[in-house]
Amino acid sequence: MKNYVIMRLLATVPLLLGISFLCFVFINLIPSDPAEVALRIRQTPVITEELIAQTRAELGLDQPFLVRYFQWLWDCLHFDLGVSYTNPARTVLGEIGRCLPATLELAGLSLVYVIVLSLPIGFLSAVYKDTWFDRIMRGFVFATTAMPVYWVGLLLIWLISIRLDLLPTSGYGSFAHLILPAFTVALSYISTYIRLIRNNMLENMREDYVLYAQARGLKQRAILVRHILKNSLQSCVTAIGMSIPQLIAGTIVVENVFAWPGVGRLCIASIFNRDYPVIQAYVLLVGVLFVFFNLAFDILQYAADPRLRERKA
Amino acid sequence: MLQQLFKNPMALLCMGILLFTALLGIFAPWVAPNDPYANDILNKFAGPSWDYPLGTDQLGRCVFSRMLFGIRPTLFLSLLTMLGTIGLGVIMGITAGYFRGAVDEVIMRVVDVMLSFPSQIIILAVVALLGVDIRNVVIASIFIKWAWYARMIRTATIKYTNMNFVLFSRSIGSGNFYILTRHMLPCIAAELAVLASLDTGWAILNISTLSFLGLGVQAPVPEWGAMLNEAKNVMISNPEQMLVPGIAVVVLVGACNMLGDCLRDALDPKAVRQ
Repeated sequence: MKNYVIMRLLATVPLLLGISFLCFVFINLIPSDPAEVALRIRQTPVITEELIAQTRAELGLDQPFLVRYFQWLWDCLHFDLGVSYTNPARTVLGEIGRCLPATLELAGLSLVYVIVLSLPIGFLSAVYKDTWFDRIMRGFVFATTAMPVYWVGLLLIWLISIRLDLLPTSGYGSFAHLILPAFTVALSYISTYIRLIRNNMLENMREDYVLYAQARGLKQRAILVRHILKNSLQSCVTAIGMSIPQLIAGTIVVENVFAWPGVGRLCIASIFNRDYPVIQAYVLLVGVLFVFFNLAFDILQYAADPRLRERKA
Repeated sequence: MLQQLFKNPMALLCMGILLFTALLGIFAPWVAPNDPYANDILNKFAGPSWDYPLGTDQLGRCVFSRMLFGIRPTLFLSLLTMLGTIGLGVIMGITAGYFRGAVDEVIMRVVDVMLSFPSQIIILAVVALLGVDIRNVVIASIFIKWAWYARMIRTATIKYTNMNFVLFSRSIGSGNFYILTRHMLPCIAAELAVLASLDTGWAILNISTLSFLGLGVQAPVPEWGAMLNEAKNVMISNPEQMLVPGIAVVVLVGACNMLGDCLRDALDPKAVRQ
């Protein structure tokens, strides 16, 4: 167990280096000269060639590429992500920090929706396979995977906020503002996990241990819940856990539909404003989140499933 | 496998929808009743009529004509994306799986890094870097998606490299290129088809989403996502504007997904036995 954790931790180091390198290369590919941009941010009235050369030396831009990369990495590790191009009074970290809570709220409630809805529906679809309930749910799953997220959002706004006037159309504030956007984010994940749980359950139902449990005369309900569900959940929990960063990143579109002031909207606004450091920080953040959630749930699954340990040993 | 597929009415229906849509897109200038750009401001938000089969939008443009012309960016650009993705993925995957060693290590580490980002984020980053344009969306999609194909194709290639027919072919002196194109490609083609048809649906959604956000196809050009973005602004007064483009996307993506599922069933040896 200990060896496995250490091995997995070591394996993330090159991955994190790769991600950060990609982000660094990204900002270095920008067509504009960073020294000139820096001068403009400081609102220098006249930008001369000399001044650019001076700033370049000052910012360390005359140093080799790799030296600059490690310099930047060192700054990142100290949470210094630079200043925003469009608004020099604000640091990138401050901007992300300002918007992140709203996104986390949205992703958090979506996760609750995903767990609360997909588990029971997936379970029931497998138990009542090929009944009307399963058919309706399969239709629902098929329809939601084909629907664009933003369209679902628009239809929900129209139906629930405009026609029925139950919830606010968009914006940020009370819990009521959160309900629709979170559901929109969750919807595609709900259908993915309904399908996953259903298929896992159906696969497990064919296993020998189920036959053995039936032969022992256990009640059908007990077999379903204590044996089949428990075995099916394992991979589902891992899959849901690993999709948490995806939920956080997936809020981009929904935030723009519902005018939700999170990092996704910040990112889109930054793209239109060519505010590269903010985009870079966002990409870095999501990449790092991805790696860490993968790591955490890999280790968790390893700890929870004795079969995995035996296979590796 | 193909015979199995043609016996499946669902698969035939999906292929029919895709083919019909593609034909409508190709022949849009002849099929469309009106110019998709011509506006008739006095006649805005008109209901369906003989002149305008699906009514008009906020500038009095024919919705039906715009729908037909919208097939072009949506369907053809997503097919282009898939072509690029599969091309790059096949080259990288086969190279890594067939030659192994250092080449394999380098390619797979790059793949690992690519797969540790959600695809949407990379696409946004690339579009941010190259500028807002539909061409860059296609480039960005290929850039992120090839890694999935490379990994799958590498696994398949390794599986087949030590099979007897490949070993035999090599022992009678076939060159690497011949083995790769004549033996390996047909073997992995089936698995590739499943993934590709599912991902075509993904690419359609992706292009329309980015156009909706204003990062893809730009304003007057008819595209379903962009049409929905315009419909969003008149949602309170004329909600029916949201229906047509949205349903079009759902039908097309649904057909791709369903075709992918049918292909997978046709491939699945367990299903054949039943």
